[in-house]
Amino acid sequence: MKAYIQGTGCVSPQDSSVFPATIREYEGSRMLVADPDYRQWIDVKQIRRMGRVIKMGVAASHISLQDAGVAMPDAIIMGTAYGCLADTGVFLNKLVTQKEDMLTPTAFIQSTHNTVGGQIALLLGCHAYNNTFVHGAFSVEHALLDSLMFLGEDPSRKVLTGAVDEITDYSHTILSRFGLYKHTKNTGLLQSRTTGTIAGEGSAFFVLGAEKDAQSKAELTAVEMLYKPASAEEVRTHLEAFLKRHGDVDLLITGRNGDVKDDAVYGTIEDALFPQHPVAAFKHLCGEYPTASAFAIWLGTLALQNREMPAAAMFKGASPANLKKILIWNHQHTTHHSFILLTAC
Amino acid sequence: MSGNVWIAGGGVICGIGDNLAACLEAFEKMQPGMGTMQHLHSVHAPTFPVAEVKADNTTLAARAGMPEHWSRTALLSMIAAREAWDSTGLQALSKYRAGLVSANTVGGMDKTEGFMEAFLENNTKGRLRDVVHHECGSVTELVADALGIRHHVSTISTACSSAANALMYGARMIRNGLLDVVIAGGTDSLTRFTLNGFNTLMILDQQPCRPFDDTRTGLNLGEGAGYVVLVSDEAAKDIQPWCRLSGFANANDAYHQTASSPEGIGNYKAMKGALDMSGLQPADIGYINLHGTGTQNNDSSEGLAIERLFAPVFPPMSSTKSFTGHTLGASGGIEAVFAAYGLKEGIIYPNARFTTQMKEVPFAPAVAFSRGNAFRHVMSNSFGFGGNCSSLVFSK
Repeated sequence: MKAYIQGTGCVSPQDSSVFPATIREYEGSRMLVADPDYRQWIDVKQIRRMGRVIKMGVAASHISLQDAGVAMPDAIIMGTAYGCLADTGVFLNKLVTQKEDMLTPTAFIQSTHNTVGGQIALLLGCHAYNNTFVHGAFSVEHALLDSLMFLGEDPSRKVLTGAVDEITDYSHTILSRFGLYKHTKNTGLLQSRTTGTIAGEGSAFFVLGAEKDAQSKAELTAVEMLYKPASAEEVRTHLEAFLKRHGDVDLLITGRNGDVKDDAVYGTIEDALFPQHPVAAFKHLCGEYPTASAFAIWLGTLALQNREMPAAAMFKGASPANLKKILIWNHQHTTHHSFILLTAC
Repeated sequence: MSGNVWIAGGGVICGIGDNLAACLEAFEKMQPGMGTMQHLHSVHAPTFPVAEVKADNTTLAARAGMPEHWSRTALLSMIAAREAWDSTGLQALSKYRAGLVSANTVGGMDKTEGFMEAFLENNTKGRLRDVVHHECGSVTELVADALGIRHHVSTISTACSSAANALMYGARMIRNGLLDVVIAGGTDSLTRFTLNGFNTLMILDQQPCRPFDDTRTGLNLGEGAGYVVLVSDEAAKDIQPWCRLSGFANANDAYHQTASSPEGIGNYKAMKGALDMSGLQPADIGYINLHGTGTQNNDSSEGLAIERLFAPVFPPMSSTKSFTGHTLGASGGIEAVFAAYGLKEGIIYPNARFTTQMKEVPFAPAVAFSRGNAFRHVMSNSFGFGGNCSSLVFSK
């Protein structure tokens, strides 16, 4: 099972449409998206009523459709770990403080996890297959796998797939109490050698097709997940088998987030399996969140198109010349590992 | 992509019974599960009847073999998923490449609500163990870990159609040879969040609900979990499966975030797509388990879509939500268990409290329980917020 990425769109803490030569700098414990002018894609009257997470998802999906030259997809398949946190928070707050009295429906309506997928369909008038995966750090990967299988049933289809997650004040306060974050600069995050990371958010969408054509930007060659490996050794064995099936890669993109506890396993296994490989990273650009691997796919696709990874994304070594094959290896809390292979067209 | 997807068994816990056998008895004896809530604490308790699972969390935790402080949604899920597996006669789960694809709509919200009371007064307060399983996927993982499933664990949330989509994803995994067996379905416990949410939409009935009845004025919420076990041809060889999942489709109504289009565009496309995949004609369907929530808008849209697809001959049909209430993320799973087991036994489920023919459509739901009907194919519908519409077809 493989597919071709026909278009990409991204709304992130970096500039939206094109990966810049210089990166946006942040200092703090969270990085919010650099909001594009949403009026490019959404009617002004609707923007006012829409939650931030819906705007991000609608914008990224529209950019990817435009990029692919596809007006109407044959499926909308997305992932979100947290769903619509802002509206969930608003409704919960009123529920508690008003003691279940005098509540209004707007926040509840926009709180369901399929709100973004539904809104994208509604704005496009798209009656096609529509699915939302809500499985933490595997949400993107499940959406991709469902997309690949859906394309396998009819190769003429074009699938809109992607992910979105947002930070709210409530979610950031609560997640901070778990000790996940630290106050630092994103530019030095990956070299910080302390515990904690920076929270992030954003949305990235892709149009996938089964057939390669002039529009194809990269091949989505494989998607795999490894759930709760017993040890780093099991991760290594899994990766070894993966590389045996798919061949060596030119560049590894890891999900390093600047937390020494999380990053250790990348170092250990790189030393064993990728001693000479250049390594890129992306969470100093978008922050840590469960669907951040969608940002990495967006970054990897652009790099394959340009045949070069921007220097700002390199962690170890320099980007290979004539970049052709990238493995994205991301994990969350060492329990959820994902392996996504991209190949140049 | 090739091969059949078999239903090897199923399990259910809901407002009319702690297992499938108890639910069947409730249908046969015409005993719906609605009443005044005993376990959910809400100011609306006297106003809105609900179909609660008739056990407190202490009892459910003991049955599930899980800690009592975990979300009720996980406890219900574990009980039904284990019943589903145990009903199959398959070997130990560890012998297979196994998956759990579970749906829910609000994750561990029942615990988050309690957390927020303390947190909103002082944001350093509230016990973190009450929010650590807030995410939908976390609830699924508690159950996957307890069952010992590691090959594939995933969670889907498309409002009221969630669990039907879980069956589709599981079926695709099997057809593509990625897994041998998948426990697929959904779970949701009652929460104040959803009760109040539906109340703001003014679609909760203060009486027991009356789906597909002209006097209908809204839905009753319910809770529970329902799972089927999907297996490949190879895994099905050693057992007597109930039936096959022969067709499925998911379409979007693309009309309104919460309301259905008057003519039920998405409903029609989902039912038509599922029939097409199974290679069947409408006349082949022997029974339809309706989405049938009991709201004016939902039942009218679903009814008109059925009329468009099935006229002039309509199979027996009923909404089992007239017994179980609307169990949201669980409903597609619970109703898939009823539909698939019903196909095996030739069961037509009754629609409780039906009195008055709907003006919009020329058919009426079945009102009596019957067994031994000779049909070869049944359909189960699940339609939800966000325009998400899904239909499943089961075949002998």
